[in-house]
Amino acid sequence: MPPAISTQELTRRFDALTAVDALTLEVEAGEVFGLLGPNGAGKSTTIKMLITLLPPSGGTASVAGYDIRREPRLVRRSIGYVPQLLSSDGALSARENLMTSARLYHLPGPDQRTRIDEALEFMGLESSADRLVRTFSGGMIRRLEIAQAMLHRPEVLFLDEPTVGLDPTARRAVWGHIRGLRQAEGTTILLTTHYMDEAAELCGRVGFMHLGKLVALGTPAELSAQAGPGKSLDDAFSYFTGSELSEAGEQGGQYRDVARTRRTARRLG
Amino acid sequence: MTSLERVERPAAWAEPPAPVRFILDSWTIAEGELRKLRHDPTELLTRAVQPLLWLLIFGQVIGSTRAIPTGSLDYNDFLAPGILAQSALFSAIFFGIAVIWERDLGVLHKYLVSPAARSALVTGKALAGGLRALVQATMVYALALVMGVHLRLDPLSIIGVCLVVVIGSAAFATFSLVIACLVRTRERFMGIGQILTMPLFFASSAIYPISIMPGWLKVIAQGNPLTYQVDALRGLMVQGSVESFPLGLDFAVLIVSTVILIVIAARLYPRLAQ
Repeated sequence: MPPAISTQELTRRFDALTAVDALTLEVEAGEVFGLLGPNGAGKSTTIKMLITLLPPSGGTASVAGYDIRREPRLVRRSIGYVPQLLSSDGALSARENLMTSARLYHLPGPDQRTRIDEALEFMGLESSADRLVRTFSGGMIRRLEIAQAMLHRPEVLFLDEPTVGLDPTARRAVWGHIRGLRQAEGTTILLTTHYMDEAAELCGRVGFMHLGKLVALGTPAELSAQAGPGKSLDDAFSYFTGSELSEAGEQGGQYRDVARTRRTARRLG
Repeated sequence: MTSLERVERPAAWAEPPAPVRFILDSWTIAEGELRKLRHDPTELLTRAVQPLLWLLIFGQVIGSTRAIPTGSLDYNDFLAPGILAQSALFSAIFFGIAVIWERDLGVLHKYLVSPAARSALVTGKALAGGLRALVQATMVYALALVMGVHLRLDPLSIIGVCLVVVIGSAAFATFSLVIACLVRTRERFMGIGQILTMPLFFASSAIYPISIMPGWLKVIAQGNPLTYQVDALRGLMVQGSVESFPLGLDFAVLIVSTVILIVIAARLYPRLAQ
């Protein structure tokens, strides 16, 4: 099997700042891969390049076998994306949200309704299908978003902080659904998270990013062991990404982003 | 390195050809916007209050002074098409704020990650912006009838008015989208929106004829798409009114402006998600 995601020297600069610095990484098909690191490490910028929202400044990458620069439309057809922010439209019902996706991906007409019903059932939303999404709880919105991103059976699913702002019960429910998806569909999943327990729980392999570079790569157990005997993934996080807070490199830690994340968290919670 | 070999895979499902996708995707986006209005029509209804005030108060007062030369037309007859264009403009010009809102929420990112062409996403938005204005047109018509404006009520004229309203509002909604892509934040957008609407409105023939404008303003008015929208509306809406430009020219200006703005907006749209 060719890798689901492959990057070579992938780089993105914003003026003087190098947000992603010559990232070379392969994610195997069917793998759940966690991209971890502090704010401003370059995780979200990496995802934005891979999902064709942001052109790279240098290097190459392919997703599902398609080049992100030369074949962006084929990449988009092959991926699902759940942003850190809320991506379901609160002014529409769950079913209308799903219908919009089904149409934009041109799922064959007769399949649309079946797929939508399946997705609603899989995510446990069938009884709320016709309610406006703005009346949903945070956990329900997340489940709907994942259902929406999976509707066209993408080969690769990108989840940016999938459980930010959720209470422990809702988080566990989302974890269960992510695991279920991987089993049922064999989807490759790349996720970012700040929660090390989440990474240890879900990911086969994780990579630590720091200041735009990949500084460590391995299974959660391997990386914990490298931090020292009896250490957890939390310890490994500090060990690999350093404890000093960098002011210059904090791209994702800007006021606006923080305000936005908090707003998202509030709406979800 | 160029070793990123492409693995050929049979497509999971067949897609329609690109031009068909463009039309279907545009409609999907537009229909979603219209559904939102159906779920919550408050905004549209509140926007209908403004033309009411202009026609009832401004129209009555200025009309009674007979200060504005409108030829053989009654001032209310002259004003009604102008106010229709104005109310459609005022609501379309703030269309971009919703797009910035979608960006802040993350809804926009999801659409940009879908395989739909950027131009289709923008065209869908433009179409929704245009169709919304039909609600305002209905309000203005109802009010104008009550006020005794000499409306042309034959089906052809009404269809013509609908087309002009939809195309003109689509143009201004797309203009608003372009601005949203450039300024990206709600605060800046509100400021710029306010700055733009008044000049567009006053440098048009909405509430007084071009003939009484000073020379420099005439030049600006003749480059303002709103002037052509008002001109076409006046010809199609009111009995016995005389157009300043041929109807074909009015349509041409509106359609060309819309297309140019859609092309620009489609290029800028992805910047919102970066």
